[in-house]
Amino acid sequence: MATAEVSGPARQNGHVKDPAVNGGDVPAGRASLLTRVLREVSDQAKRRIPRADLDERDPDFIRERLPLLWLLASIWFRGEVRGLGNIPESGPVLLVGNHSGGNMTPDTHVFTLAFSTYFGAERAFYQLAHNLVLSMPALAQLRKFGTVAASPRNASRALEAGAALLVYPGGDYEVHRPTWKRNRVDFGGRMGFIRLALEQNVPIVPVVSIGGQETALFISRGERLARLLALDRMFRLKVLPISLALPWGLNVGDMLGHIPLPAKITIEALPAIDLHAEFGPDPDIDEVYDHLVRLMQDTLDALAAERRLPLLG
Amino acid sequence: MRVSARTRVAAPMQSVWEIVSDPTCVLQFMSGVTRWEVASDPPTGLGARYRMLFRIGSAEVGGLIEIVEWDAPCELAWTSVTGLDQRGRFRLRGAPGGQTSVEMRLAYGVAGSGLSGWIAERIAAPTVGGHLRRSLHQLGRLVEHQQQRERAAARKAAQTGS
Repeated sequence: MATAEVSGPARQNGHVKDPAVNGGDVPAGRASLLTRVLREVSDQAKRRIPRADLDERDPDFIRERLPLLWLLASIWFRGEVRGLGNIPESGPVLLVGNHSGGNMTPDTHVFTLAFSTYFGAERAFYQLAHNLVLSMPALAQLRKFGTVAASPRNASRALEAGAALLVYPGGDYEVHRPTWKRNRVDFGGRMGFIRLALEQNVPIVPVVSIGGQETALFISRGERLARLLALDRMFRLKVLPISLALPWGLNVGDMLGHIPLPAKITIEALPAIDLHAEFGPDPDIDEVYDHLVRLMQDTLDALAAERRLPLLG
Repeated sequence: MRVSARTRVAAPMQSVWEIVSDPTCVLQFMSGVTRWEVASDPPTGLGARYRMLFRIGSAEVGGLIEIVEWDAPCELAWTSVTGLDQRGRFRLRGAPGGQTSVEMRLAYGVAGSGLSGWIAERIAAPTVGGHLRRSLHQLGRLVEHQQQRERAAARKAAQTGS
């Protein structure tokens, strides 16, 4: 969730130590040129990221798009969402989900539909997304759904406004995990969401989903490739995923998205957790993290046990 | 999109009315309804409001509804205040043999949703129609069982009295 800052490379003996450039050891002249290019590209990308404006969420727009979401969720993904009654009826709440399905994120579509019909499009509901997603002109409409760039500041503002906020701590790291790890909750050790819940004193509702990672054959996160191409420094991208997906066949990066296979998506919202009530006045972040991941993994295992066949559910 | 269903219940209109107009009975006979909570005081009558949800496909749709017609024991109609646009109606009429003809109508849609709304309404129609038919079937059973229980109680009271 934290926004990565681009910092200058360390200089040693006339060479530049930059892990993003040629394995970290290149002549200073070439390195400085490359660094300038990388910075310029990074700055361009940052400039394209729209400033978070909670007022961009448009309940009328969401309401008018619900039939489209319903068609997608009901017919293509045969979505099933359980436990919405566990989400507090009003007030700020942090919904913490495991993320699946590559850049198409079918679980988010199914959950957004279920939340918006259950509580009404009038209830403020925001989702944090990667900066790059929001900077794509074709995805500008996401902001009307309440999607804002993932940053601690934006998250705090949404909760301070009394909204429900959906976060995926695993982010790009989890959403592109290989298909054979589809039934594993993997936040990659990211704990910012717990600090956020404690600072804002809001309950956490774990939201566990299954099926998204069956919408394509995800082969590798491509972490090394991302580092080699300096994507982590330019765009906060820790991965350059490689998958087999429609209509591309071999799909590197998933930047243009893909046509997701019609896997059944099942989502379960668990009972709300009041961190101060359950872990004391000064909770240990690691303990909370371990508890939440274990709880979500147990639920994911149970959902996986219900599935008889991949795709069909 | 408007969907309707009819049935005939072997009970007088007043008995059917007592069930359809009682918010505590709705979950007992309305198929597909997952929530029907009173959101006003008084809980019944013209202007009464309920928070309701109805499962269709992947979503529980509904919202706040308000009773806009209350003509006991013949007509009960509601319209949506928030959420999915809907108008619903129970139309009760006397039928030969002391029976009651019951018609349930539900018109629904999302204003401004365009082609996707038009398609979604038609795809949902068979499911909604099935729920209406099951609801009326269950309403009939509920009312007729209640009639039987009342008759049995009356017989028992008469036997005890004699």
